[in-house]
Amino acid sequence: MIPAAFEYARASSVEEAVKLLKNYGEDAKVLAGGHSLIPLMRLRLAQPSALVDINGIKGLDQIKESGGKLHIGALARHVSIHNSQVVKDKLPLLAEVAAEVGDNQIRNMGTIGGVVAHADAAGDYPTIALMLDADIVTNKRTIAAKDFFKDIFTTPLAADEIVTEIVFPVANGPHKYIKFRRRLFDWAIVGAAAQKMDGGWRIGLTNVGPTPVRAKAVEEALHKGAKPEEAAQHASDGLNPSGDLRASPEYKKHLARVLTKRAIEQAG
Amino acid sequence: MAVTTMIGAKIHRREDPRLVSGEGRYVDDFTRPGCVALAVVRSPHAHALVKSIDITQAAKAPGVVAVYTHKDFVKVLSGTMPVTPSFVAEKKQSPPRFPIADKEVVYQGEPVAVVLAETKYQASDASNLIEVEYETLPAVMDLDKALEAKSPTVHSGAPDNLGWDLTYIPDDPAVMKEADVVIKVRILQQRIAPTSMETRGVLAEYSKPDGTLTVWMSSQSPHFVRLFLGGAMGIPENRLRVISPDVGGGFGAKISPYSEDWLVPAAAKLSGRPVKWIESRTESLQTTTHGRGQVFEVEAGAKKDGTLVFIKATQYLDAGAYMGTFAAFQACACLLAGGAYNWKHVAARTVGVLTNKVPTDPYRGAGRPEATHLCERAIDLLAGALKMDPAEIRRKNFITTFPHTNHFGLVFDSGAYEKALDMAMKIAGYEKLRKEQEEGRKKGKYLGIGLSSWIEICGFGPSAATAPATGGIALVESAQVRVFPTGSVAVYVGTHSHGQGHDTTFPQIVADTLGVPYDSIELRHGDTAEGPAFGYGTYGSRSLAVGGMAVHKASKKIVDKARKLAAHMFEAAEEDIAFDQGQFYVKGSPDKRKAFGEVAFASYGAGLPEGMEQGLEAVAYYDPSNFVWPFGTHIAVVEVDPETGHVDLKRYIAVDDCGNIINPMIVDGQIHGGVAQGISQALYEEVVYDNESGQMRTGTFTDYLLPSANEFPIFELGRTITPSPTNELGVKGIGEAGTIASSIAVINAICDALAPLGIKHVDMPASPDRLWKQIQEASGGSSNGKEARK
Ligand SMILES: Cc1cc2nc3c(=O)[nH]c(=O)nc-3n(C[C@H](O)[C@H](O)[C@H](O)COP(=O)(O)OP(=O)(O)OC[C@H]3O[C@@H](n4cnc5c(N)ncnc54)[C@H](O)[C@@H]3O)c2cc1C
Repeated sequence: MIPAAFEYARASSVEEAVKLLKNYGEDAKVLAGGHSLIPLMRLRLAQPSALVDINGIKGLDQIKESGGKLHIGALARHVSIHNSQVVKDKLPLLAEVAAEVGDNQIRNMGTIGGVVAHADAAGDYPTIALMLDADIVTNKRTIAAKDFFKDIFTTPLAADEIVTEIVFPVANGPHKYIKFRRRLFDWAIVGAAAQKMDGGWRIGLTNVGPTPVRAKAVEEALHKGAKPEEAAQHASDGLNPSGDLRASPEYKKHLARVLTKRAIEQAG
Repeated sequence: MAVTTMIGAKIHRREDPRLVSGEGRYVDDFTRPGCVALAVVRSPHAHALVKSIDITQAAKAPGVVAVYTHKDFVKVLSGTMPVTPSFVAEKKQSPPRFPIADKEVVYQGEPVAVVLAETKYQASDASNLIEVEYETLPAVMDLDKALEAKSPTVHSGAPDNLGWDLTYIPDDPAVMKEADVVIKVRILQQRIAPTSMETRGVLAEYSKPDGTLTVWMSSQSPHFVRLFLGGAMGIPENRLRVISPDVGGGFGAKISPYSEDWLVPAAAKLSGRPVKWIESRTESLQTTTHGRGQVFEVEAGAKKDGTLVFIKATQYLDAGAYMGTFAAFQACACLLAGGAYNWKHVAARTVGVLTNKVPTDPYRGAGRPEATHLCERAIDLLAGALKMDPAEIRRKNFITTFPHTNHFGLVFDSGAYEKALDMAMKIAGYEKLRKEQEEGRKKGKYLGIGLSSWIEICGFGPSAATAPATGGIALVESAQVRVFPTGSVAVYVGTHSHGQGHDTTFPQIVADTLGVPYDSIELRHGDTAEGPAFGYGTYGSRSLAVGGMAVHKASKKIVDKARKLAAHMFEAAEEDIAFDQGQFYVKGSPDKRKAFGEVAFASYGAGLPEGMEQGLEAVAYYDPSNFVWPFGTHIAVVEVDPETGHVDLKRYIAVDDCGNIINPMIVDGQIHGGVAQGISQALYEEVVYDNESGQMRTGTFTDYLLPSANEFPIFELGRTITPSPTNELGVKGIGEAGTIASSIAVINAICDALAPLGIKHVDMPASPDRLWKQIQEASGGSSNGKEARK
């Protein structure tokens, strides 16, 4: 439970961080909230040669509405997203999801940029980003969420690329995120999100595969007038989740259907 | 003068301000000049031959002081780790265990080498540079398969994997025929990891010039460690000091000595430097003894009218790769298989099985939760078969006369089982709950009510019974009370508090006995250099019933001497001296008094009675005449979501009887913690190994599920008081009660909830995926079908 030795530097601007990353080379890593990276380092599952700490970069945690979009700075902590009035007004689903991430310590430290860059299959925001067609903005480019979550822990980010913000559409119609878990502070065994938007439904699923899933078959069934219960039967279409200690693949598929049904029914 | 007593007072734990403000001192808070850190290189395999160990790179790494392997340790350690008879005097085999592997490793995590370095970081880095070449062997992971004739063996060259096979009482076929209904059930008690907040840790300093060894260790029984370690290192007790400072939880897993408890002191002797090792959480989950790990085959029968006839239990205990020091203690599950009830016949057999896993050993309740679980499950199954209310079948068959000698010759000291059941039912609103349940079932709501009428043997425990079980040392308890010239008091006890609140409760007893202010009494424990020659430690809910009595006994010796001295000071006869609220006076003239402190001061002066020595201190050893037998009834109320298998624990009611109460707040605290731990076994915790590779899959808290306060309802507690006739204080034990009672209360509630689906038994942990599968199977759908009810 003791990490391997590493170099450490603190950046005060995105440019400086990028420069540090370049200097340290391939094995360097960005350090944000540290709540995914540090546990991995303690188990020596990650052994970065250097950490570039971005916590000192001013303004990288900004949350604002601009141009009809909701911009969330990469360094915004879960707790700030949950408490933000702008988020509550413009995308209440996201505020609710933020409250469901981990426990108090994790919400006080963990960042949205960290969740997105880490791309854990059980991460909650990636589901929302994917189903709502959010954009992930870096120091180099803008990447659509559907092109970003390619595999578990795998993104198109280059070694010297830093996520600066996530840009969501505004949506404040009926919505619900249901996270099925054993303990209040746990990751989702399966999560299901429903958001009414542009006259239709957006449905997203967490932890039913290596990446977040947009349940288009459910969206279409709803669009054609199916009842939530019928539409939700399509939630597991094409899913091929892997089993783990908490759930078999069959059980995950079952939960995807049940939770999707409940999320649509409870969306308010 | 107002009569005040401290016994029974609900006072705050005096240790808490220190502990909750971070002022506690645990092993890792201590260091010695020149101390080095030790890291252990462990087997990644469950079973393998060690072909070679290459330490060259590690020895050259920065900061490394030494690397030791088996060949070094044999120079300073002899013998094998201790295994006591406990409840199984004769083992078929008990593989000899040296604290570090030589040619063969038999469980994942077994030590193969240690690295000493200037810092823990350097030790950790260097330990990764040791290259061990293994040749893997088949691992024995499954309890059933381990007993098959063609099974590979846990240890190469062993005849088989049988540790013991003991039938305490055989079947009685004639009695079995008397039953009108018979039920059978196979119950799994999964392996669980005792996860105390403070992991294990050892700091050792060896002084070469005088041959003394001082060891700081997170232990529940420092004197036993001294006894065993002294033997292994050839150091007599008078040169070996074991200090267990604040200990952040033990739950039974810090009774028995461990490999590192030998390796760290041995490394200190070998290197000439003080050495510290602190267990990581993963090491803890992997190598600290596990609890439970048993399978029970149970059969029980009753008459049509609900009269219980027989119960028969066979315990298969997954002992792990070596026998834990007190592994066979868990066989006491057999001796309590009949629970709180009258049965015509009770049959029991225990089978100990070796596997390539870390050893199992006592864990909070040790054998008694298992006994309660199997008995209370059987009772509910019989009630179901007879269409009787579970409360009624219990009520009808409770033991009502005491003392009661059970089928195994154990004598229950006192009890009032029906009273506790009634109180629990009243708090729960049992009748109303049953109605709600009935109504709910019509609407597809699966509400379940689970009862657990538990009993417990604890307070270990009479010398005659326990000396054979430990292999020599009788489990009595010692205390020393010292009264200083100005009247302040120090009490030294052989028990060890690691969450039990002895710093508070024992002074409460002394305050009443001596009549001195509670605040003038200081309690000390956990240092073998202080107090009586031997202490027996804390486990098996023994501290108050045995240790508290030793404190009481020593205090009374003090009063006896002080009374003699007071009589002398009053120039009166001893019989004429009254002692009340810490004041002596001559009966008939209560206005002339001598305070306890005055007498204490006088005891250090001149002119004492003929033959009386100066000073006011006393040592007492207390040997109880019997065990003590707490009991109670717990009720769990759950709602199961039939679509997801999720269990919502809605209410939890606990009525416990532990005899007289010294401090109600501490009793409640013990129940809270115990109940949480039992519920946790019922719903969350489980050590999982990969059956092929023998790798543990639950090596961090991400995978090993411990619930938090969020996962529990507010417990509703009630209490009955039936004093124990076994000791003068009338006390029993309460440390394990909650754990003993609660796992089955929850499981019975889940089974009750799912009864309409025809589900008869649910194993632990009752996780949603498993329940969902069972619900699927019961409702005839395949597990990949649509939703449960539709
Ligand atoms: C017990 C526990 C429970 C948790 N439960 C949940 C949960 O339920 N749902 C959930 O979504 N999360 C959960 N988390 C994870 C938590 O939200 C983490 O905070 C998050 O995954 C990572 O964010 P971070 O800021 O801590 O990133 P870090 O741990 O600092 O970094 C994670 C990774 O992302 C990279 N990175 C971070 N920021 C950037 C950036 N701006 N640009 C490029 N790369 C970057 C890092 O280099 C690293 O590889 C849990 C964590 C714990 C410890």
